[in-house]
Amino acid sequence: MDVLTTPLTAFSQYFSKSDYVLALPMILLTVFALGILMIDLMLPEEWKRLNALTALIGLGFSAAAVFRIHSLLGPEVSCIPGFFGTVVMDRFAVYFFYLFLVGAAVAVLMSVKYLEIERENHGEYYALILFSVIGMMAMACGYDIIMLFIGLELMALSTYVLVGFLRRDQRSNEAALKYLILGAFSSGIFAYGLSLFYGLTGSTNLGTIAQGLEKRISANPNDPVVIFALLAVSTGLLFKIAAVPFHQWAPDAYEGAPTAITGFMSVAVKSAAWALLLRMFLFGFYPLRALYVPMLIFVALATLTGGNLAAITQTNTKRLLAYSSIAHVGYMLLGLIASDGTSNTTGIKGIMFYLLVYTFMNLGAFAVIASLRRREIIGDDLDDLAGLYKKAPVEAVLMLIFLLSLAGIPPLAGFYGKYFIFLSLVETGHFALAGIAVLYAVVGLYYYLKMANAMFMREETTAEPVKSSPSMSLALAICAIGTIGIGLFPNVFIELVNWSMSGANAATIAQLMH
Amino acid sequence: MPQNYVPIFIFLLIAFLIGAGTVLVASLIRPNNPDKVKLMPYECGIDPVDSARKRYTVRFYIVAILFVVFDVETVFLFPWAVQFKLLGLFGFVEMMVFLGILIVGYIWIWKKGALEWI
Amino acid sequence: MVPLSWYLLLSAFLFASGVAGFLIRRNIITIFMSIELMLNGVNLAFIAFATVRHSLNGNVFVFFVMVVAAAEAAVGLAIIIAVYRTRETLNVDRVNLLKL
Repeated sequence: MDVLTTPLTAFSQYFSKSDYVLALPMILLTVFALGILMIDLMLPEEWKRLNALTALIGLGFSAAAVFRIHSLLGPEVSCIPGFFGTVVMDRFAVYFFYLFLVGAAVAVLMSVKYLEIERENHGEYYALILFSVIGMMAMACGYDIIMLFIGLELMALSTYVLVGFLRRDQRSNEAALKYLILGAFSSGIFAYGLSLFYGLTGSTNLGTIAQGLEKRISANPNDPVVIFALLAVSTGLLFKIAAVPFHQWAPDAYEGAPTAITGFMSVAVKSAAWALLLRMFLFGFYPLRALYVPMLIFVALATLTGGNLAAITQTNTKRLLAYSSIAHVGYMLLGLIASDGTSNTTGIKGIMFYLLVYTFMNLGAFAVIASLRRREIIGDDLDDLAGLYKKAPVEAVLMLIFLLSLAGIPPLAGFYGKYFIFLSLVETGHFALAGIAVLYAVVGLYYYLKMANAMFMREETTAEPVKSSPSMSLALAICAIGTIGIGLFPNVFIELVNWSMSGANAATIAQLMH
Repeated sequence: MPQNYVPIFIFLLIAFLIGAGTVLVASLIRPNNPDKVKLMPYECGIDPVDSARKRYTVRFYIVAILFVVFDVETVFLFPWAVQFKLLGLFGFVEMMVFLGILIVGYIWIWKKGALEWI
Repeated sequence: MVPLSWYLLLSAFLFASGVAGFLIRRNIITIFMSIELMLNGVNLAFIAFATVRHSLNGNVFVFFVMVVAAAEAAVGLAIIIAVYRTRETLNVDRVNLLKL
């Protein structure tokens, strides 16, 4: 009978206001995403653009909430744990929050005109973008494998639907199907690995897992169960960042998806996967560094080779950029190899800087391709770029800037991304890897210039003019300013990256928790 | 203690009475004119004895999708119901937020016409 | 009491059957069922570990895995319907417009 007579536990016992300050960026996005779903039901066809505006306002409010957390993280506060240690809001997380918000905002701007041309202008599209950003945020700030897994799945499920958003287009729903099947398979393997880590350490908290693994690995440095679990989890993570040999989904999904979503996937979704990978490898699995580095060296070399060589033969621009994005993952993996297992090294800073740079230049390239979509022309073939300079000189010059930046030509942003990775390799004595990376950078130059060649040297194949829209121009402007700005004033952004990595390491978080 | 099981028996009795009562009342007040199609096991138009490999209409898939999603959400309601007192007002508010999000989804599929059997 | 290793063996068996089904089967629906089987193997492992270690987190993870599996199935079915509407087949070998 005592169950019925005990009073309700007080509200304040579980509620803590500071937790909700941390979750505010996600809560705001949820409210706006649900709002879009409801408003969309009432909007007539010609008012559908309002959905994009609502999404942008939501992203703006969320950015303001992130900025509030940003300002809480002063010089002496390196991280704020919340929700009983399942969430850790450190500078690392805040940095990624900004990346996701910028990526999503530019993707929304790119989509407005594109969806009207495709006649699939529904509010769900924007709601799904916001939902996937919520998932990404959970991946960046989660410190518990439950939280990380839910974040990953929320992002992935939203992206599957977005890839197949052009329901009547065979390529789009085929891409969604392949992405979903392979994605679900990799999530299954990932979850199995997580279950083994839980069994090994008895905890779902990354910090406690790290402590448990440290004990276990010092008892037996080649514990087969640990190796198996690490392999399973790494497979899931490497799949999500599209590293060779787990990359097969990427070219298909990138080619079939609506171009704005391809851009979104290649930057925001990829950054989120990197946030998860770095969080797990640097904060949870740092005791296993001796085990995972040889594996990563193999994967990084395979990724550089596979991505760069496959990109050479492509004739579809979206597919070409998909392989090039696989190649970029290879460079970033080199940064992880060159780190010493903690976050405060040139290699990790190089990855963070690379992701920032990559957000602008890759979104920019996809924005130009999206702007080529008009009535009958899909615009994703290499031939569609032919003679672009004569038809649309502004777009062609911007595309050239983005391509040169992707190739890593100074003084554009992409150069500094590669520079820090190479620097970290040289600092840690990986001269052979650095040499191979430079060699592949030259290969990369070839296929980027192939696209530039089509735009500037070849005759145009169609007379159909390229019409820009205000939102697309804004998206292109943001990407161009980012790409050129980071290239001209790298110090400002290097400071930002240094800030994002300072203080946030597994040891400080463990101290705060206990 | 055997007497501890008394509430369970009362509960079973009430459950049985409600079930039997509704069937009985329904059979008394409904019009009764059966025909061949109506007496089939599945009233939705599926032939009960047939090859299992036969195709059936895509509408079932849509119902299945919606069912799976809304069915599984109850998995979160059970633990909350068991620890209702312990979780208190906070648990209640959180659960209402959760259900509120679900209801937004429900309104959305309703207005989109996914619940119509076109 | 049944020892932990039995549960883990069953869980590994379920997971491996799922992986095998995923790799061998050619029908999309069957592939999806294989993925569900994999996730059930994961769930069993979590439950077994949670019981042995007297920690609730494993059980909580299972709830979320179940919901994720349901959401994956729902999205999967929806995409399958869209694929079927545009090309009238559910054999993965014939869904090949995008070269691999």
